[in-house]
This record gives sequence, structure tokens and C-alpha cells, in this order.
Amino acid sequence: MKNHEYQQIDPQALVTPTPTPPPRPLPEHKPRRARRRWEVFPGKNRFCCDGRMIAARQSGVLPLTLGLILLTSGLFFIFDCPFLVKHLTSCIPAIGGVLFVFVIISLLQTSFTDPGILPRATPEEAADIEKQIDNPTGSSSSYRPPPRTKEVVINQQVVKLKYCFTCKIFRPPRTSHCSLCDNCVERFDHHCPWVGNCVGKRNYRFFYTFIISLSFLTAFIFGCVTTHLTLRSQGGNGLVFALQASPASALELVVCFFSVWSILGLSGFHTYLVATNLTTNEDIKGSWSGKSGNEDVGNPYSYNSIIKNCCSVLCGPMPPSLIDRRGFVPSDDSVQTSPVEIELPAAKNDINMVGRAVTSGRPLPRPPVITLQQPAISIQSHSTA
Amino acid sequence: MSYCHDPLNFKCQITNSYPHFHNLQELHHSASLATKVFIQRDYSDSTICKFQTKFPAELDSRIERSLFEETVKTLNCYYGEAEKIGGQSYLEGCLACATAYIIFLCMETRYEKILKKISMYIQEQNEKIYAPRGLLLTDPIERGMRVVSFANTWDVFLSVGTTLKELCTIYKL
Repeated sequence: MKNHEYQQIDPQALVTPTPTPPPRPLPEHKPRRARRRWEVFPGKNRFCCDGRMIAARQSGVLPLTLGLILLTSGLFFIFDCPFLVKHLTSCIPAIGGVLFVFVIISLLQTSFTDPGILPRATPEEAADIEKQIDNPTGSSSSYRPPPRTKEVVINQQVVKLKYCFTCKIFRPPRTSHCSLCDNCVERFDHHCPWVGNCVGKRNYRFFYTFIISLSFLTAFIFGCVTTHLTLRSQGGNGLVFALQASPASALELVVCFFSVWSILGLSGFHTYLVATNLTTNEDIKGSWSGKSGNEDVGNPYSYNSIIKNCCSVLCGPMPPSLIDRRGFVPSDDSVQTSPVEIELPAAKNDINMVGRAVTSGRPLPRPPVITLQQPAISIQSHSTA
Repeated sequence: MSYCHDPLNFKCQITNSYPHFHNLQELHHSASLATKVFIQRDYSDSTICKFQTKFPAELDSRIERSLFEETVKTLNCYYGEAEKIGGQSYLEGCLACATAYIIFLCMETRYEKILKKISMYIQEQNEKIYAPRGLLLTDPIERGMRVVSFANTWDVFLSVGTTLKELCTIYKL
């Protein structure tokens, strides 16, 4: 009978700590591997090297991008450089090499750097925000749904902050939620399938370096290959002979010809964005250009000086990653020993608060009741009956 | 079962465990169960990291307004210094660009150095000012730089005592 079991609690046991064996809910001898935060990250991301590198779950066409760059550059160094070194100058492979290194490093950094992901709100924060939304200052109308935007004034301009239902936060200015990665990203520019990651506050400078150096590399290879073929076809040999002598150059020519225009165009576009301190997202939506019918709107984030805008975007301080990828998740053992398992019919608000925290699925840190486990364990183990 | 008829005795068991929580680490863990007050970001100066200095009503009886404002203003100063676009940040940015950003992997950026200073400042403030008043200030970096939160640590002990008192009453121990 349950009453018998309850009566077995010896008050003496409370006063003097008895060396009883550890009870069931404390699996101390079962070694549970501590998990790192990246393993429980809620967004759609992929992690490598134990959380050191982050990318989108869909790698997009990153393998294609890498493949094309490596192939074209490889063919260039193998087939065109020897001829050009012999006939022109040995600076050509040197310049090509530097550009190639810049392209690859900036591509990898763009793809594997956290773009500025905002961590989701903790249950307490989300509850606090809900409370503020449900009780707006002023009249409480039960017919309208609670407002999910907040207005702030930035540089004498009204900016609307939207509430993100997935992350349960009011998005800071210039932040947008990427549906592919399922994360809110600060200063969200766009999700680039070519690099397989979002481009945001933290990796925009890497992305810009990538496209600028790629434009230079593509144009350089295109120019060198054209020179190579021209030199070969001199002396009455003709272009066909030159292509036959160096077929790899034909492939490089085709790849470079078709990509140089789009890459140059993209570089030009992003240079304009950097100079005006805009993001692709804002430019497309026309947030500050008055396309949406607003007059007297200007970009409140611009410093109204091209040099200052460029410097702030490209040479500004590097913000830290806000998602702690390599930190450890608090131990799950505490969930079993939490007081929430005691389902009191007259449970007060403070217990419900703890209950909500546990049922939301987040692992609890060690609760204070752990110090009372010796006397209280017997109650807990029978509490669900 | 004498201990239940004297719940105060039982509560004394809890109070005896107070010393277990005077360590800030333990307070941190237990504070997640307590009620919290959140100080939101102030976006009036664009996207730089700055927190609102408006004194929340919930902390009215717990801490002096001047201490609170000084803490938040100092934090804002630190973040302003970290995000300042000036000579040192340009130098760091240009050097990084010239080395294809590889130096970010090798050395600590200025921002990271200032974040360490902020974390030490918060720990010092907790030890000197907030813990004696039963509050715990959490570092905004742990909350995605969205909020500065003040956790009320005293409520935890009261709620645990109340819980056990109710247990005894309900199960008639």
C-alpha cells in the first residue's frame, strides 16, 4: 500500500545523512556523454569538425562552384602557364596563384562561417515577450489579435520590427528569417546557393572578397587564355590549330566567357550595396527607396559617405558568433530529479513555471532541490502514482 | 512524523543548504528557475549594441536606481567601444583583408578581447552588488545579445520551502 511506503520515511534519516546507496533517478555510474550545443541546434544547419564549422543543410551548388573553380584554375596552371611563362613573363602564374588562393579561402570562409545567426529565445524570454504583447499599453481589445510588430525610431526614421514566430523574438533591425536555414540572421543579405550558406553580418566581407577576387581571377584567366591562343595562332597557323594544340584552353575559354559577365555584374551590384550600406534583401524589397509608396524615406543606416559606408561594412569590427556551438548542453540527468515530477493538485505558480520549462523540452540545469534528494527521493519515486 | 508537523524545522533543512549556493556557479544554475527581469535592446542608435537604461518597476524594491543605471551604462560603453569604427578597427580590417582573413583564425579580435572584459565586469558586479541583493545578472552574450537579464535568486529558496510544506500537507506525512 502506498501509505505504508510513505510512512517508511524515517525522520532520523533527515537529520543525519545516511550512507544509503544512490537511488534510481540518479544514474551517476552510467556515464552519459556530454553533448555539445551544435548537436541540439534547432536550425537547419550542418556542422563539421565538432561544431567548428557551420553550413546550411542544403549545400546547394557549392560542390559545383568549387569544382568549376578548381577545374578551370587547374587547367590554366597546367596547360596555359608553361607556354605563357616561356613567351611572356613568369609573373602570370604568380598573380594567378595569389588570386586563386584568395578565391578558395574566401569561398570556404563564406561557406563555413556563422553568418550572424541569432539564437532562439529561451522559454523565459519568450514568456516575457508574450506578456508584453498580450498586455499592450493602452486599451485591451479582445477582438483584434495582439500586434506582432514593434516600432522603433532610428535616425529620425520609424522602423518596424517584426515578431518571428519560429525564434520567438522581435527581430532586431535588418534581421531576417531565412526559411532555408530556419534561422534569424543579422543583417541578412541573401541565401546564396553557390556558397551553400546565408550571407549575413559576419560573413558578408568574406562573400564580397570572394566575388571580387573571383571576378579578377575569371577575367585574368580569360585574358591569359585569349593571349595564349592568339600567340599560338600567329605565324599563319590559325585559331583551329591553336585550339587543337591546347584543347584545355577551349574549355577554360567557354567557362570564363559565360561566368565573367554574371560575376562582374554581381560584383558591381554588391559594390553599390556596400557604398550605400544596403543589403540585397532591402534593395529587392525597396525598403528605403520609396518603391513601397513611402516618401521621405532614406536609408537610416547609411553614413551618407561612400568611404565611411565601405569602411564600416568591410573593415568594421568582426562581431562574435552568438550561437555557442561548442559549449556543452547541461546534463539531462537533472530532469529526472527535478521537483516537477511531483504533480501537486494545488501546485502554485512557481512550480508551474518550472514545469513549463521542463515540458518545453529544454534540459534543466541542476535544480536546488538536489540538496534535498536524500530525504525527498522516496516521495518523488511514488509521486506519479 | 514529527518533521512534518514542524515544517519550520524542515525549512531549516533548506536554509542550511544556503552555503551550497553562495558559489556563483550554483546560483547561475538555480537562477534559471527563478523569475527574471529582462532589459531589452535600445535601437535608437541604429544596430549598435546598446541596452535600455529605463529602470524596470520589478526591481524597484531590490536595487537602487543609480546602481542599475551605472551597470547598464557601463555595459553600453563597453559595447560601444567594441563596435566603434575607428583607427584600430580599420587597421584590423585591412590587415585581415590583406591576409585573406586568415588572421581571424590565429588571433583574438578586439571585439573578443572586450567581451572578455565585459564578462569579468559582470562577474565583479554580481559578486559585489547583485548577489548580496539576491539578484543575478547574466551576460547578454549568453542570450544572443538581445537582453540583459536579472534573475531573482531568493525566490528559488522560498518556492522550494513552500513546495515541501505543501507536500507534507497533501500526503499527510
